[in-house]
This record gives sequence, structure tokens and C-alpha cells, in this order.
Amino acid sequence: MQKSLKSRDNELAVTNKQLEILNGGIFADGELPYFKDKINEIGQFPLRPKKLEILQINVGYMCNQVCEHCHVDAGPDRKEIMTRETMLLCLDIIRNTGAHTLDLTGGAPEMNPDFRWFVEEAAKAGIKDFIVRSNLTIIRANKKYYDLPDFFKKHNVHVISSMPHYTRGKTDKQRGDGVFDKSIKALQELNARGYGMPESGLRLDLVYNPSGAYLPGDQMALEADFKKALKEDFNIQFHNLFAITNLPIARFLDYLIASENYEDYMYSLVEAYNPAAVSGVMCTNTISISWDGWIYDCDFNQMLDLKVASKVKHIKDYNEDIINDRNIIISQHCYGCTAGAGSSCQGTVA
Amino acid sequence: MADSYYNSADLRKFGKITEWSEEIGNKFFDYYGKVFEEGALSAREKSLIALAVSHVVKCPYCIDAYTKDGLQKGITKEEMMEAVHAGAAIESGATLVHGVQMMNKYNKLSM
Repeated sequence: MQKSLKSRDNELAVTNKQLEILNGGIFADGELPYFKDKINEIGQFPLRPKKLEILQINVGYMCNQVCEHCHVDAGPDRKEIMTRETMLLCLDIIRNTGAHTLDLTGGAPEMNPDFRWFVEEAAKAGIKDFIVRSNLTIIRANKKYYDLPDFFKKHNVHVISSMPHYTRGKTDKQRGDGVFDKSIKALQELNARGYGMPESGLRLDLVYNPSGAYLPGDQMALEADFKKALKEDFNIQFHNLFAITNLPIARFLDYLIASENYEDYMYSLVEAYNPAAVSGVMCTNTISISWDGWIYDCDFNQMLDLKVASKVKHIKDYNEDIINDRNIIISQHCYGCTAGAGSSCQGTVA
Repeated sequence: MADSYYNSADLRKFGKITEWSEEIGNKFFDYYGKVFEEGALSAREKSLIALAVSHVVKCPYCIDAYTKDGLQKGITKEEMMEAVHAGAAIESGATLVHGVQMMNKYNKLSM
């Protein structure tokens, strides 16, 4: 199994090195425009938040998979896990936030030993949409996770699962050997509980992200292909497919550089820049909280350790009004969220 | 002189052809964009046709562009290779069907 950048002592495990690459090279020498200059052309710089709608909490970087494209650099060797003490601070925020959606992510969020407790407590807070981003295979990884589909159902959790392709080869290439078969089994189990069925209130959405140095195609066309293939081949149903662009950070950046695709990929992102997508980027309606309680504009900025530009940077000092009155930190990775129809954790935005 | 007649980075500059002939350059790109929209054929089907034709006209830029386009559209490598064979079959058929002309001429000239 592949290892995280961190455990390999890869130079990109240092976030400053990633930022140096994103700010240098073809951008520094003027071949491509800085993201800041592009959004300045449409009067969107500095980028400002709108109403906070989504609270995204990353409960830890530990994962049972080591996907080639992972922007978190997650894996079994990552020990950064949110403690119950930090979760208690998060619960205070959840009870008082103006956001309507709670989005739990990781790593594999289910691997946090306090995950079930946290879900139960957060569910009591009565948030409207309660999302868990599950990699699917965790449900089949160990007996102690076999009850997860029932647990999700009990708390009416909205499950969003990664599924890079409806063929075994492409899925396993990106996410590891055997991932496709385990994912199919997990999806069938979720379907058996009513998840993803047409009239069901139990929402099951899939996330597609390209298995290589190219951008995702049309979300609706991909969704139609996925629905047809998964239904015909495995009798699996789901609600929506979210097409997400891979952002050039962490392991995906490492892949782009190692495969000599970095410059072409950045050209593709800049060429596909869509000014109409800028006002809908997720950092304008989301904040991201890390395992240790720091606050970021998005999960990508979290992985680049770009904390919010606000006097409130940690949840122990949380104040939603102060946090919402900030400028969003941007760099060239942000082109990933404005390419084509745009990209966010909820799929396209334009 | 360039080291090679083909440079993959030149594909990025394709749009620049309008700089030396703006009106007809723009007309071409408008037409091109329209052709590849969803129509009676899906954008997916058109992408596979374009990939096959790219091979037949032996355009390295087009091959790069439509391999990437196919990946973006979720087209599998098996589908892509079948499209290439479809193009190759027509191209070789176009050669072989001239064999009839050769046979006709042979027969006409022979006693």
C-alpha cells in the first residue's frame, strides 16, 4: 500500500513547499495569471463570504485507504484525530450556528473512536442536513464498522461517498486494489436500508473525481452514465453524482509533478476558468474546522495550513459574526473550484 | 529552426490563429464549438468520432485533445481503442477497395 507524503518525508508534506510551487513557476514568470488577478477583473477581489450555510468539520486524517489523488494526504499512518474535548467545542458551535448543514469529513471520519458519540450528540442539535463523507470501504473494512449503514439510517445521516468510476480498473487504480468490490458491496448494503432509493428520504450521493490529470466532464452526463452502469451491473441506485475537480495540492500535486503533467494541468484549469463560478465557490458559504480546532476557509486551505484571515482563528474563540467578516485566502489552487461549471464538495456551482 | 515540426505545447496556442485572421478564425471556433454540443448525437458519441478521425488524419494535437476529452467524459480505454479501430478499418478499407480498380485494369489489359 502507498504511504502518505508525511510518512515518506516527501518535500510536499511541508505546506510551504506546495505554496511555493503554486505561487512560482509559470505564474511567477507571467505565463499564467494569478487567481487574484483573474477575480479582480470581475470585481471579486478580495473574495468575501456570504451567509454561512455549511459547517465542515474534519474529525481526523486517519483513513483505511491511501488514494493517489488525496488532497488530505490521509492514510492509516496519519494519527491526527479530533479529541472529545475538541468535539465538545464543536457541539457548542453546532447548537448556535446559523448554518443549516453539518458536513463531517476526514480521512475516514468513522475511524475516529468518538465518531458515533459525536454523531449522536450533533444529531440532537437538530441541524437540517447532516452529511457524513464516507469512503464506503470503511463499512466493509472491519466487523466493528458493519453496523454503520444502520447507524447512519438511525440518525438520518446524508451519506456522500466517493466513487471515481463505475469500472473496477479505474476505481482500483486511484483508490487501491479491491476498493471497487468493497465499495459496490457497501453501496448495496446502503441501498438495502433504503439509502439512494428514488422516493427515499435517506440521501445517498456519489462523488466523482477524475482518475488522472484531466478535469471532470459534464456532471449530468456523468451522472447518467454512472446511474445506468451501476443499475445494470450491480442493481445499485443513488440520488446525485457530484463531479469534483482535483485541486493541485498534496498527493495530487505530487502526482502531477512526478508524471510531468503539472504545467498542462494548470493551463487546463486556467483555460477553463469560469467567472460565473466565482460567486458560488464553497468558501463563500462554508467554513472548515480541523481536527485540532483551527478554522479555515475550506478543506483545501486547511491542508495548505492557510488559517482564516480573522482575529478568530480557533474554535475556542468562535464568533460567527467576526469570522464571517473576513477576506478569504486564495492561491492558484483556487482555479480548481472555478474551472468549467465550478467545483465544490457539493459538485458543480455554476 | 524548431527541433520538431510538432510541439505538444503548441496545442495551447491554437486559439491564437485568430490573431492573424480574426473574423474567419472566430467563425471557425464558433462552428467547432457548435458541432461538439449535444445534438442528435451525444457529446460523448461525437468525442469518439473525433478521436477516430484524429487517428485517420494523423493529427497528434487532435489525438492528445480527444484522448483527454474522452477521459473527461468518462469514456473507457476499451471504447477509445474500438473507435480507433473503426477509423483504421475505414482507412484500410479505403485502400483495399482500390484493389477493385487494379483488378479492373488488370483484366482490361490482359488477353
